[in-house]
Amino acid sequence: MQWETVIGLEIHTQLATRSKIFSGSSTAFGAEPNTQASLIDLGMPGVLPVLNKEAVRMAVRFGKAIGAQVAERSVFARKNYFYPDLPKGYQISQYELPVVGSGVVEIVLEDGSTRPVGVTRAHLEEDAGKSLHEDFHGMTGIDLNRAGTPLLEIVSEPDMRSAKEAVAYAKKIHQIVTYIGICDGNMQEGSFRMDANVSIRPKGQAEFGTRAELKNINSFRFLEKAINFEVARQIEVIEDGGKVVQETRLYDANKDETRSMRSKEEANDYRYFPDPDLLPLEIDAAFIAEVVEGMPELPDARRERFESEYGLSAYDADVLTGSRIQADYFEAAARTGGDAKLTANWVMGDLAAALNKEGVDIADCPVAAADLGLLVARIRDNTISGKIAKDVFAAMWAGEGSADQVIEAKGLKQITDTGAIEALVDEVLAANSAQVENYRSADPDKQPKMLGFFVGQIMKRSQGKANPQQVNELLRRKLGG
Amino acid sequence: MSLSADDVAKIAHLARLAVEPRESEALGRELSSILDLVAQMDAVDTADVPPMAHPLEMAQRLRADVVTEEDRRERYQAHAPAVENGLFLVPKVLE
Repeated sequence: MQWETVIGLEIHTQLATRSKIFSGSSTAFGAEPNTQASLIDLGMPGVLPVLNKEAVRMAVRFGKAIGAQVAERSVFARKNYFYPDLPKGYQISQYELPVVGSGVVEIVLEDGSTRPVGVTRAHLEEDAGKSLHEDFHGMTGIDLNRAGTPLLEIVSEPDMRSAKEAVAYAKKIHQIVTYIGICDGNMQEGSFRMDANVSIRPKGQAEFGTRAELKNINSFRFLEKAINFEVARQIEVIEDGGKVVQETRLYDANKDETRSMRSKEEANDYRYFPDPDLLPLEIDAAFIAEVVEGMPELPDARRERFESEYGLSAYDADVLTGSRIQADYFEAAARTGGDAKLTANWVMGDLAAALNKEGVDIADCPVAAADLGLLVARIRDNTISGKIAKDVFAAMWAGEGSADQVIEAKGLKQITDTGAIEALVDEVLAANSAQVENYRSADPDKQPKMLGFFVGQIMKRSQGKANPQQVNELLRRKLGG
Repeated sequence: MSLSADDVAKIAHLARLAVEPRESEALGRELSSILDLVAQMDAVDTADVPPMAHPLEMAQRLRADVVTEEDRRERYQAHAPAVENGLFLVPKVLE
């Protein structure tokens, strides 16, 4: 039997507000336990939640970024369940009337083809606290610093057909939310968490199979592995004559498997109802217009602009716009560098290699964008050759100063004086008269290859500083004569 | 509308209320009468009435994204039955 995989994702993005969604507590990560938990976050009686305007603005920004309808009126609802890290006994979320309606994002697959994936909705809600299950004399520790942190839950259509497509979609959402600055995207700190609904069906069947929900995956690699494991598990269950049960499963990265969470039959009985503590959220056209006004350029638009404005290939433009910070770095470097293609090669080549090797994020790059641009400018104006530039770059990386400082300090300035180069050429030709004879008597087809020997000798003698174009030109003239 | 003993048990469980079996029948009757009251609404034509999310005809006010709360952990945790290293301690929860 040929099986088809069907995947939908629910992505929880923590919004990058300073304060919580319904209280004035800080959302800063990593504080001492419970030092950022106010009476509202603790779920004390008699307190009232008041909605954070910035969280609403961020939700609207996401909606406009994916071409979705922003609801003029949306409603907060209580999602009721008991868990110690949810002190109120309910999570404030949105149910029937979410703030963001349906939209669509384009994902790029490995073969370069694109495919639309529908976003069903996105709604605002509050995060829960954290349970620490280490042993506190047989008890569980609760830290409510995270309780009330604003989340935008982004729900996709079941449009993905493989783990790779799901990863491409998740990366696209990650790219969008970080580009528009509504989420820091930090997956280690839990700012971007994914749930995957996975089912299989015989190829050609319209009806969906029973799905399992894989909860709380916080890396793209685990997302792919978890889905692949789950698909294989479901196929095995069905082919052995069994049935897939609708349940929540956890992915265990250490064992590379998914396993059933203790399933409770009332698990999905959340008894949502409108939260009487909160009035309906109304968003008017002026508010939306203000958000659209401040919207940064989106990744797809930026990629297209990089192609048209800088004449970059689709591949280069795609790589450079992969993250906003990388795209910003490239543009700043290209401004001083004056040659977009050459700058792009440096950003994706030597710079990327150095960042990779040292395990440094581009945000913490020791070579500032304008400094890399200056290095490119020095290649362009023939102060140094591309080869010497690699040494200059290494010195810049090591903190030895700007391109100009390094060139000056190490005496790397290119020799462009024709007289000086001619002298070098003459020296080399005189010292290698046998090779000169060989060259002159050789087949003209073979000569260009033989020229390399002389170029190498001259460059060596000049310590790499002779201008290669001039060397080639002079050599050809002198050897021809 | 008449709730069965099972319905009552389920509702009680969802609300984490310990309902004795002997209370179940009376509670079922009372809950049913509340539901009957609400069910009278079914007789009214509400096709043109938008669902009400809140009795007040007002919109939610928004607050500026400013941190206004300070750390009062010590005071808040003075009420907690068990605390350690700044954490609230609760009976063991198993996943």
